[in-house]
Amino acid sequence: MDTTQYTIKQISVFSENKPGRLAAIAGALQAEKINILAFSIAEANGFGVVRALVDKPEAAYEKLNAMGFMVSFTDVIAVKMRDVPGGLFEMASILSEAEINIEYSYAYSGREAAVLILRVDRVDAAVEQILARGGTLLSADEFS
Amino acid sequence: MIAWDPNMELMPEAELKRMQFKLLKTLVYRLYSFSNFYHDRMVAHGVHPDDINRLEDVVKLPYMVKSDLRDNYPDKIFTAEPEELVRYHVSSGTTGKPTVVGYTKNDLDNWTESLARALTSCGVGRGDVVQVAYGYGLFTGGLGLHYGAERIGASVVPASVGNTERQLELILDLRVTAICCTPSYLMHIGETAKKMGISIKDDTRLKTAILGAEPWSDQMRDRIEEEMGIKAYNIYGTSELSGPMFTECTEQDGFHMWSDLALVEIIDRDTGQPVPDGEQGEMVVTILQKEALPIIRYRTGDITSIDHSLCACGRTHPRIARLAGRVDDMLIIRGINVFPSQVEHTLLSIPEVSGHFMIEVNRVGALDNMLVKVELNPEAFSDKINDILDIRRKVGHTLKNMLNVSVDVEISEPGSLPRFEGKAKRVIDRRVL
Amino acid sequence: MKYWNMEMENLKGDALHALQAKRLRWTVKQAGNVAFYRRMLQEAGVRPEDIKTVDDVQKLPFTRKTDLQGGYPFGFFAVPMKEVVRIHTTSGTTGKPTVVGYTRQDLDNWSELIARNLTMIGLSDEDVFQNAVNYGLFTGGLGFHYGAEKVGMTVVPSATGNTRRQIEMIDDFGVTALHCTPSYAMHIAEVAEKAGTTLPTLKTGIFGAEPWSDNMRRVLEGKLGVTAYDSYGMSEMYGPGAAFECPERNGLHIWHDMYLAEIIDPKTGEVLEPGERGELVVTPLVKEAMPLLRYRTGDITMFLEEECPCGRGMKIARLHGRSDDMLVIRGINVFPSQIEHVLRSVPEVGDEFLVYVDRVNHLDEMTIEVEMNRSAFSGELEDLTRTQNRVVAALKDALNLRTRVQLVEPDSLPRYEGKAERVIDRRGDVL
Repeated sequence: MDTTQYTIKQISVFSENKPGRLAAIAGALQAEKINILAFSIAEANGFGVVRALVDKPEAAYEKLNAMGFMVSFTDVIAVKMRDVPGGLFEMASILSEAEINIEYSYAYSGREAAVLILRVDRVDAAVEQILARGGTLLSADEFS
Repeated sequence: MIAWDPNMELMPEAELKRMQFKLLKTLVYRLYSFSNFYHDRMVAHGVHPDDINRLEDVVKLPYMVKSDLRDNYPDKIFTAEPEELVRYHVSSGTTGKPTVVGYTKNDLDNWTESLARALTSCGVGRGDVVQVAYGYGLFTGGLGLHYGAERIGASVVPASVGNTERQLELILDLRVTAICCTPSYLMHIGETAKKMGISIKDDTRLKTAILGAEPWSDQMRDRIEEEMGIKAYNIYGTSELSGPMFTECTEQDGFHMWSDLALVEIIDRDTGQPVPDGEQGEMVVTILQKEALPIIRYRTGDITSIDHSLCACGRTHPRIARLAGRVDDMLIIRGINVFPSQVEHTLLSIPEVSGHFMIEVNRVGALDNMLVKVELNPEAFSDKINDILDIRRKVGHTLKNMLNVSVDVEISEPGSLPRFEGKAKRVIDRRVL
Repeated sequence: MKYWNMEMENLKGDALHALQAKRLRWTVKQAGNVAFYRRMLQEAGVRPEDIKTVDDVQKLPFTRKTDLQGGYPFGFFAVPMKEVVRIHTTSGTTGKPTVVGYTRQDLDNWSELIARNLTMIGLSDEDVFQNAVNYGLFTGGLGFHYGAEKVGMTVVPSATGNTRRQIEMIDDFGVTALHCTPSYAMHIAEVAEKAGTTLPTLKTGIFGAEPWSDNMRRVLEGKLGVTAYDSYGMSEMYGPGAAFECPERNGLHIWHDMYLAEIIDPKTGEVLEPGERGELVVTPLVKEAMPLLRYRTGDITMFLEEECPCGRGMKIARLHGRSDDMLVIRGINVFPSQIEHVLRSVPEVGDEFLVYVDRVNHLDEMTIEVEMNRSAFSGELEDLTRTQNRVVAALKDALNLRTRVQLVEPDSLPRYEGKAERVIDRRGDVL
């Protein structure tokens, strides 16, 4: 099964842990009229990684790279959850039963549904399991 | 055969025994008169120095155990005047307080002499470049072998522990011929060399290794000797006896226990009776000439056997076999003794974690790795990852300070580690020697 | 006033010059066993027999640390290996360390120096001496250990680290004299204060291996209840103990029977007068395994003009500063060139770096900002942390020091056209 349509390009940006870095990133994207759909910051010792799903990942990559930021693409998947109690439990159970490890995750609550963005150790297996168990995955096209 | 002190090392057994008896008798009289600790012990045990009339009478004397040292911390058992003391060493105790050993000039001299004989019996001498890669400082391994190697006139490289690439660089560049370290560390040096494309056998002048401070096996020896093209000798001693003191000779068939320094008994742990040559039991040692911290019938906790027959090397002093284990739950991690009770004691002093813990010991590559799993106290939880990491670092740091060995720490959820009703089994040791 | 070796300690004037001249001639002869020196003298057109008096030393060219590196490992040994009983190493300016060797007589000379120092400040076999400096390849530990043992003191070889245990030992063993770096002494004082002990048995503090001020001396003496003494030396001069303060505590006595000392203008090489500050240049007079001729120490000091009331020979001023870019961090010598060398070996980071040195809780902290290599960025936090740890480990191995490493964005550090200024030392003078 071809899972590429469900693999979404997240941009990951290295950022020193000091005031103004996030503003610089966000400002650059605004200037390019790039919309941030979902976003999180992971912290470490003295630095962090800003992770974002944007509508124009290639343009975001080029812009930030040109500004001197270190940027890379990471493959993630986006799962539609029912925005009711137990929605997250359903998804987590599917992955747990298939012994797929979630490396990190973040979520947003959209107009129609809540969306869970997942970085997993086995992308193909996760996509297959979720679809087989009746889950809905957002395709890359839906983000552009 | 070259001996450091041929008169002593080749002395006929009967003469040795006469000497041992004289030394024992003198020691017992001295301690009965001048040591409160030993005087009280002997009185309580119903024994008087006059009862010691032959060497075998040593069994009439009371034992000394590790906790005696802790209970008399730091120097209540010492029998030397303060101005006669020239050195302290400190080793791990079973809980909070460490074990303290004091030395007079003569004590250092006997210890050094013991190692000069031992190193010579392994074929090390003047003209050798000896890298001492045991820890220096409070641990007896580093300074002990340093003094021994210096006495025989070798060139000593006091490398101490750590920084494996630099150790290797020293071996290569300083044309080191003999190394003293733990067996697992030598294997680690070997593996590091391999990764760097260096062959210990072909590219270095290393020909002798003096290995100890942790249990190892004949299989490990075969592997080390084969792969590195060297002779590997076993060394034994604990800080209570002075430090590392005894090694195998070139016959590699047991440690020669110098009779003028040590009176060795192997006893049946249940009956306390001596066992015959070749049978295993707990080693009990009396150090015959110690001045600052006298040691009579010390229960080492080590299991081994003794052989009084004449060694092919010609030395008359009895040999003990490679250690077969411990009578207690002491662990040896990278040459350092660790008691689970110390870990418990340490964790109880850290408010962010609970006293429930598990210890997992693995051998990663050639080196021991100790993982301590500990439960986070719910009150200490924070949503900042760095806070949790800080707690982990604090636990690791505190354990390192207490145990003198670095450990990995895993923070577990409250209530997730096993609870024990009876005797806790907190150690999972997965090492294969 | 007690002396360990009254005759040598008080030797002055013609008697001293005669002894120095005799030993200088011996040293030049001993140096003749070293190919480097034979060539050096030949190139300078100096024959060993030209060196007759103490002043003749000025005919000799200087020896520099980089020369020693060129002889790595044994090129500067003047005796066969079987006479060498000890080898120490000290940090070089780049990858390879500097190797120093000792004969049995050298070890004896060295412990004699330290025995003199310790006796000079009133210590004896009744004292309990805690040696809280690194043992092993670093000369500070074993050097003082042997000297204190020679005096007959009770030595506690505590080495560094585990401050609580250090304090426990001071109290439990009745330690009277403590040897460590001044910054570690400050840390011990603070931890002791928190632990609620005033360390009542302690009366003498011996502090060295890094520069410290008179202001810091007052604070340390107040906090620890000790009289504090400054100690000077370096591995090339055996180790610590070459110069030491007497109870006057106004300058350091350098042992003139064992070292011929000069102060020079570091730029011109011209020999300076007492009272003029310059670089200390030393010709050891009794070193067998590794003789040195006019060794440039890199340390800035001067001879003090006034005679010391204690009766011993001419003193040098306390050391402040270096003629090169060497840093002293927690008693360990660090050259920025070593850091550069280490970073070159880690492909995930660039070669540009900036070093910040701070004093945090009285301990030196070195923070190194390193640029990430753009091509090594995977986007994963774990990979970044691994790179960070890798740089820390590589620096620890090379420098023997724990450092903090901050990863910064590519091209964010300053670039230099001329001489790079990569060190920002924020420790200040005092605390």
